Amino acid sequence: MVFGLLRRGFLGVTLAAGALGCGLLTSMPAAADTTLLNVSYDPTRELYVEYNKAFAEYWKTQGGDAVRINQSHGGSGKQARSVIDGLDADIVTLALAYDIDAIAERGQINKDWQARLPQNSSPYTSTIVFLVRKGNPKGIKNWDDLAKPGVQVITPNPKTSGGARWNYLAAWGYALEKWNNDEAKAKEFLEQIFKNVPVLDTGARGSTITFTERGLGDVLLSWENEAFLSIKELGADKLEIVVPSLTILAEPPVAVVDKVVDRKGTRKVAEAYLNYLYSDAGQEIAAKNFYRPRNPAIAAKYENVFTKANLFTIDERLGGWQAAQKKHFSDGGIFDQIYQPGK
Amino acid sequence: MPAETIAPSGGRPALREPLWLRLSLIGGALTFLAVFLLLPLILVFVQALGHGVEAYWDALVEQDAVSAIQLTVLVAAIAVPLNLVFGVAASWCIAKFEFRGKSLLITLIDLPFSVSPVISGMVYVLLFGLNGWLGPWLIDHNIKIIFALPGLVLATVFVTFPFVARELIPLMQEQGTEEEEAAVVLGASGWQVFRRVTLPNIKWGLLYGVLLCNARAMGEFGAVSVVSGHIRGMTNTMPLHVEILYNEYNFVAAFAVASLLALLALVTLVVKSLLEWRYGDELAASARH
Repeated sequence: MVFGLLRRGFLGVTLAAGALGCGLLTSMPAAADTTLLNVSYDPTRELYVEYNKAFAEYWKTQGGDAVRINQSHGGSGKQARSVIDGLDADIVTLALAYDIDAIAERGQINKDWQARLPQNSSPYTSTIVFLVRKGNPKGIKNWDDLAKPGVQVITPNPKTSGGARWNYLAAWGYALEKWNNDEAKAKEFLEQIFKNVPVLDTGARGSTITFTERGLGDVLLSWENEAFLSIKELGADKLEIVVPSLTILAEPPVAVVDKVVDRKGTRKVAEAYLNYLYSDAGQEIAAKNFYRPRNPAIAAKYENVFTKANLFTIDERLGGWQAAQKKHFSDGGIFDQIYQPGK
Repeated sequence: MPAETIAPSGGRPALREPLWLRLSLIGGALTFLAVFLLLPLILVFVQALGHGVEAYWDALVEQDAVSAIQLTVLVAAIAVPLNLVFGVAASWCIAKFEFRGKSLLITLIDLPFSVSPVISGMVYVLLFGLNGWLGPWLIDHNIKIIFALPGLVLATVFVTFPFVARELIPLMQEQGTEEEEAAVVLGASGWQVFRRVTLPNIKWGLLYGVLLCNARAMGEFGAVSVVSGHIRGMTNTMPLHVEILYNEYNFVAAFAVASLLALLALVTLVVKSLLEWRYGDELAASARH
């Protein structure tokens, strides 16, 4: 009797599961005429939520199809890896040029990608700042304060996170400036700083949450936009931003993934999507989300938001991304030499 | 013999520890359970309902949350029946027959328990990824496995594979093969033996295994995270969606979705207890055979 019930029950469950499966498949949101996937790095979530809406409206006024843009976020290096492994990104908007170079090396993006759009294909920039707790109890003013004993520094892992690589290189650039390009001194300085790092998250957002929510550490090395955002979300009564005397100009680049857009037939709309980032509307959205706009007129409008910082670029001081990546972040590179957890 | 101890007839007293020790051990265990199991569970609901029922409901009916829930249910609806079939077949094979390589098979079934879920996800990327063994062929034929539904199902099936089999193997081994042998002697075919003798004996163990399997299938994070691609509204399952919401400072929504997962765990627990309460006799009887 019970067995009979079970038998019928089992059949019923299987049928129900099948029916449910079919039902779910058909009830998935109706596909828009065109779907793009933007694979991006960690802190750009809010920026692209707003930008995608604006672009979809703009594209309609241009006589285009209804377009739906899907987003994927994570550490920049990890996201590049996913695209290399076949994540169908029409567009990549990553934290640094090297990660897009890595995709280009595998042939999914043309090697000349960075010359295809103005300003090194970086429609907005940012920089690296310090986020400290309200009142700056440890008195952190500059990079030297990070190397002091008893200061806990939070930064993500440079192996997986783009922001972390900018953090690291900003510190390196400062050290070279301070000790007149003495690399041994700079290495020692970075080693001191990383001795103060209790935990390396894989992405910038993970580190921000570690610092703000879990309350770990005295100072967070952070993208400027990420620092502004966490103050906006969590309140100016808890955190404040410190701009060091010298820091790096971070240029997060964007590119169309040629292999994917040609296969899916989405090149036109994908290119329009990136070009629109340079428009006044696109620049305005970037600025509102605390990215420094390239357009001088929009930048002037948001002048009081962004502190004037003394910035250096990776090309002028460190010989570009390829060189910096190889020297610092490859296996056995300087980062591996200085960062030995547990020591 | 002290009066308050329980003693097996004629043996030494089973309990002769002083009262204070027993009480402090029990108290310690209960405190531990309360702090590390009960409190976090309550906290999930407190956080989820922190901004009122309306905010909670809004978080659950939000489009990306709904698609995450649908996807999770769909993945489990495919993976669990598959594992039910695999699990029954494997344990039938192992418990009722003698063959060479049996211990190897048992080891293989246990493999997903000992392998980190991240590795389970990674092997599928290495196999089906664009640079994997089968990647180029798949892309030529426009078949998507990883960063799409099939990859999520594969990873889930792999991780939850042992649940049904591990539940059934000891049960079936204890039951032995006499009843099946009798059925064969009486002229039953293999299918008849399975359907009329074996299945009735294992049904509650099977249901239990399926429950556990389902709970894990819906809650799995690591393996699924590697093959998901994290596309919101498309390849985000509930656990992944919880992480994303949390990372976006959207704590109410994160805990609202998390509370669904917690509810799932509670329902699993209640159904399991109900089963044991209602069919306890039969479970025990089938175990005695």
